[in-house]
Amino acid sequence: MKRAQLVAGLVLVALIVITAVVSVFWTPFDPIRVVPSERLLPPGWPHVLGTDGFGIDILSRLMVGARTTLVVGIISVGLAVLIGVPLGMLAGQAGGWLDEVVMRAADVVYALPALLLAILLAAVFGASTVTAMVAIGVATIPAVARVARAGTKQVMAADFVLAARVAGTSRWGVAGRHVLPNIAPVIGVQASVGFALAILAEAALSYLGLGTPRPTPTWGNMLRDAQQYLFVMPIQTVWPGLAIALAVLGFNLLGDGLRDYLDPRLRELP
Amino acid sequence: MSLLVVRDLRVRFGRRRPAVDQVSFTIDGGERLGVIGESGSGKTVTALAVMGLLAENAVVSGSVELAGHAITALPERDMARLRGDLVTMVFQEPMTALDPTMPVGRQVAETLLLHADVERGSARARVIELLGEVGLSDPARVAAAFPHQLSGGQRQRAILAMALINAPQLVICDEPTTALDVTVQAQVLAKLDQALTASGAACLFISHDLAVVSQICDRVLVMLEGRIVERGTVAELFSAPQHPYTRGLVEAASLDRIEPGQRLPTVAGLLDAPAGES
Repeated sequence: MKRAQLVAGLVLVALIVITAVVSVFWTPFDPIRVVPSERLLPPGWPHVLGTDGFGIDILSRLMVGARTTLVVGIISVGLAVLIGVPLGMLAGQAGGWLDEVVMRAADVVYALPALLLAILLAAVFGASTVTAMVAIGVATIPAVARVARAGTKQVMAADFVLAARVAGTSRWGVAGRHVLPNIAPVIGVQASVGFALAILAEAALSYLGLGTPRPTPTWGNMLRDAQQYLFVMPIQTVWPGLAIALAVLGFNLLGDGLRDYLDPRLRELP
Repeated sequence: MSLLVVRDLRVRFGRRRPAVDQVSFTIDGGERLGVIGESGSGKTVTALAVMGLLAENAVVSGSVELAGHAITALPERDMARLRGDLVTMVFQEPMTALDPTMPVGRQVAETLLLHADVERGSARARVIELLGEVGLSDPARVAAAFPHQLSGGQRQRAILAMALINAPQLVICDEPTTALDVTVQAQVLAKLDQALTASGAACLFISHDLAVVSQICDRVLVMLEGRIVERGTVAELFSAPQHPYTRGLVEAASLDRIEPGQRLPTVAGLLDAPAGES
């Protein structure tokens, strides 16, 4: 059962990654060129999922949208991990007032919704993929930092850390050689869950027009475009919605599956 | 001059009663000193104080001098250089004293690479050689294995190798055989004895087991509630224990002299220790 979750997550994520990679080299039609004569075609052939209000093939746009989604996810979660993990490890290792300062700062960022932050950044710098990535990344930092801190505290209490210190390893040596490898699994789980949230946030931002601007296709701005034709061709809203739902589901399943797989206490006895 | 001089050591955590109080002892080069006491008697805290590894909330007074270095006043950076080189420690729990994410050989090699100027390749050879010396029958395989793939005895030998690889002058053993079963315990102790004799290292051996201490050590301290209540050679302690607590320990250690059907002796511990003893 648990294994099934992990496998389902892996399959969904692999599907999205493959789609994104394929879209770099090939899409059925040009995902950007407007073809007025082919507006709002229903699903059929050669446009498998139909065309949108500009006469662009929806399948092609979905495929390129997967790419945008992945890039935003990778960069924003990468940003969160690169900043959050060192901060969390520092807080966990130092303890005392430094711990307090870092974690209360994380609480403050946590209290600020990602959407609000994105709106703020978009207002100042203009809406773009970069502002969306930064906003989502910054909003994800606290969760990552908390997990890293908790993991660090746990590892620091272990005898092997004391043993390493006895052997003459410096504090930073212990952090790099012993703490990081031991907390890597929980960070991976948190990153996977963060990825799902990032996909959702990116879609919301593009839907609101605060993320990647047109003509670059994203699932969020496709949803927004489709909304205009909700009464003419409601099926159009289904495709990007389905893509978002499946991607979020995939990364959540992957995260949950990894957690169960890596946690020996939850592992079923043979 | 003595290798280790501890004078009036007193360690307290927060506002509680000191965990270690008025502890003074010396260890000469190559000498083996046993420390006996029950859980919470301050044995381990004393050992950590010598290593300079007490938690940050510990308040320390008195002095610890190791080979001329004043440990209590030494900056962390200099202390890290002494640890693993001049003084090392063998831990009680072989299950948790090795990093689960790292092959055992690499962990042993790390101690060597931190202090000695050696190539990685020759470090590996040295590690495997030493793993063989501490009695592991298949040292190359053990070096490549992760801790969870090894038995408790194998792990404890690897930990022993980790402590001995830089030929330290002082090895602190914190109940190194408590977590092992009796036969493995005897083997590990024999290897420890052999290794200490071969390298001429001094040893501070912490245990609650009189029998184990008498196998390894020359002199013994008995600790109770953070204080040293008795000291002497192993023979003295066994033949003429002075403090009532030590007497209880010695009686309990001579179980073979008890007739069947007789009540087993117990040790009068913390609660009924005579007040004001020190």
